[in-house]
Amino acid sequence: MSEGKRQERRLGWLLCAPAAFVMVAVTAYPILYSIWLSLQRYDLKFPENREFIGLANYATVLSNEYWWTAFGVTMLITVISVAVELVLGMGLALIMHRTIIGRGLVRTSALIPYGIVTVVAAFSWRYAWTPGTGYLANLVSPDGAPLTERASALAIIILAEIWKTTPFMALLLMAGLALVPDDLLKAASMDGASWWQRFTKVMLPVMKPAILVALLFRTLDAFRVFDNIYVLTAGANETSSVSMIAYNNLMKGLNLGIGSTMSVLIFVTVAIIAFIFVKLFGTAAPGSTDEGRR
Amino acid sequence: MATNDQHPQRRTLRVRALAAGAAIALTAPLAACGSDDGGVPVLNFYNSPVENMQSVVDRCNQEAAGKYKISYQVLPRQADDQRVQMVRRLAAKDDSMDILGMDVTWTQEFASADWIREVTGELKNEVESETLEPAVAAAQYEDKLFAAPNNTNVQLLWYRKDLVPNPPKTWDEMIKMSQQLKAEGKTYQVMTMGAQYEGLVVLYNSLVASVDGNVVDEDGKKAVMDEGAVRALETLKTFATAGVTSPSFSNAVEDDVRRAFQSGGGAFQLNWPFVWASMVQEAPDLAKNVGWARYPAIDADKPSRTTIGGSELAVSAYSKHPDLAFEAIRCLRGPESQLFLATKSGQAPSIESVYNDPSMNEAYPMKDVLLDELKTSAPRPRTPAYQNLSTVVSAELSPPASIQPRQTADSLRESIQAAIDSKGVLP
Repeated sequence: MSEGKRQERRLGWLLCAPAAFVMVAVTAYPILYSIWLSLQRYDLKFPENREFIGLANYATVLSNEYWWTAFGVTMLITVISVAVELVLGMGLALIMHRTIIGRGLVRTSALIPYGIVTVVAAFSWRYAWTPGTGYLANLVSPDGAPLTERASALAIIILAEIWKTTPFMALLLMAGLALVPDDLLKAASMDGASWWQRFTKVMLPVMKPAILVALLFRTLDAFRVFDNIYVLTAGANETSSVSMIAYNNLMKGLNLGIGSTMSVLIFVTVAIIAFIFVKLFGTAAPGSTDEGRR
Repeated sequence: MATNDQHPQRRTLRVRALAAGAAIALTAPLAACGSDDGGVPVLNFYNSPVENMQSVVDRCNQEAAGKYKISYQVLPRQADDQRVQMVRRLAAKDDSMDILGMDVTWTQEFASADWIREVTGELKNEVESETLEPAVAAAQYEDKLFAAPNNTNVQLLWYRKDLVPNPPKTWDEMIKMSQQLKAEGKTYQVMTMGAQYEGLVVLYNSLVASVDGNVVDEDGKKAVMDEGAVRALETLKTFATAGVTSPSFSNAVEDDVRRAFQSGGGAFQLNWPFVWASMVQEAPDLAKNVGWARYPAIDADKPSRTTIGGSELAVSAYSKHPDLAFEAIRCLRGPESQLFLATKSGQAPSIESVYNDPSMNEAYPMKDVLLDELKTSAPRPRTPAYQNLSTVVSAELSPPASIQPRQTADSLRESIQAAIDSKGVLP
């Protein structure tokens, strides 16, 4: 390596050092600190009983039914909402892609739900589904309170999630649709491919990277679901997600040990999901092509 | 950015205006807190929103005559949100909180965590000499006084005099009366709080105390769940499955119950005294036919014991003016303030002599029964882990119809012990 190149490289390190330092300070430190907390009995209610207890908190959480119920609920919400969003989002993307008249208007209006702050939207859902204040509660059953029954509450949470993030899914998929060359579609139709064949044999394969990125983003997002549940049910009737239950143990229960353990477990699960998508399905970073990979 | 904005000068102006606006917005609340008001120490009083509390604060400020100035900071409406906000600040050793308005259920926790100061001196003497004994007990942790009871509360039995001439004395009696009414095709429901929250724990705790049962031991270090606790589970189960509750019993909270009874849906209501004022105002015709009585017992020969509620005032361990804060509490919770809030805002006083004031007759026509119940009221399980305990108990008892007394008692004992040992996982 020449002297000039080495110097250039040193400069490169120097230039990115501040950013790297900030990243370590704001992300690595809290993660390491919560791992450290998760290895202790540390309850703010009993400050004098703080002690190092190894992996006991993990045993407590992993053998607890509340945790697994929350985990199941989170998985259910994630799988159903992402699956429905993919289908709806694809439909919306196709419409937005093909619209000729009022394209801007169509695209803007489709994005409105995504633009509304989740908590605000969640409050309007809550009022809508509460008997007395809302129009939806009485529509479904005359004297029921759907947010207080587990099954209907979960359905409402999933519905709110879908309503909220389908536009985001559509946006990412629309970017993918733009990648499909018109010539390819024309050639396929010349060869006598039906619309469905063109969709499945031409469009989907070309769009695969975009679909995978959209799925990855939404899966990670959905797994961390919090706001909707916090506002709609506050986790009552076994509708807590893992984020919700971690919040309850940390903020309401003041149990830093157990709460941090849950946070670490959520972190690990998110890492596993990302790993599966990137390594097994071959999701690439958005914008990068195969050639761009190193 | 430059391409979007053709007028750099105008842009700078706008940025300046924004910055100025932000600066004002940021400093305004600080100014309102008044960290320094001409040398008069400001005591920040964090309390739940109470009607007319500001008048009490104003009067106390006037009496202090420049010695200190209390500034009323209103907390969120829900008890859970109030606690979370306080706890978050206390854990961060926030020294801007001086006087804390606490729910009775927080005393143990806050004292154990060293967040509040022990009450000593004059205030202690005052509290111990004039306050109802159970309210004082609720403000103690390990035999030391940590807060001054502000107001207090117990539930009563409200019944329809036009349907039942004499109020039932026991749960069995009440269930039978209700079934009788049902058979006659009359209004029959017994309404009370059965949703999965603190209200259900209060109901259960009253049942346990009525048969001298125990959920935790004296020191709050061990889960007990003795025979009495099991009997209480049996009673709760019987009540929930006797066909006398409203269909929404397992979802009902205080206000649902109040409204349902007020609209004529029930023959009996077990609820706090606040229901009376709204009944007189919103359903005067019904109110004429409503009577009140002592909360039903389980055994006919043993009077019931009901769970005590209410709020108290404590001084934060991080306050910069603890002595002044204690002094201010003497005014905030003094007889004059309690009487004022009792008649204007419906808060039940914790000082016994206040009940003798003639103006109490109108605001609290049920005061004799209330005072009677207050004197024998039962505390909730005393442990710093009460919040966690309450969460697991309400989860296990919900819905009450599904209780299997023995089994539920065993699993409760386990999860309560886990909560006390910081191993409890909250749902």
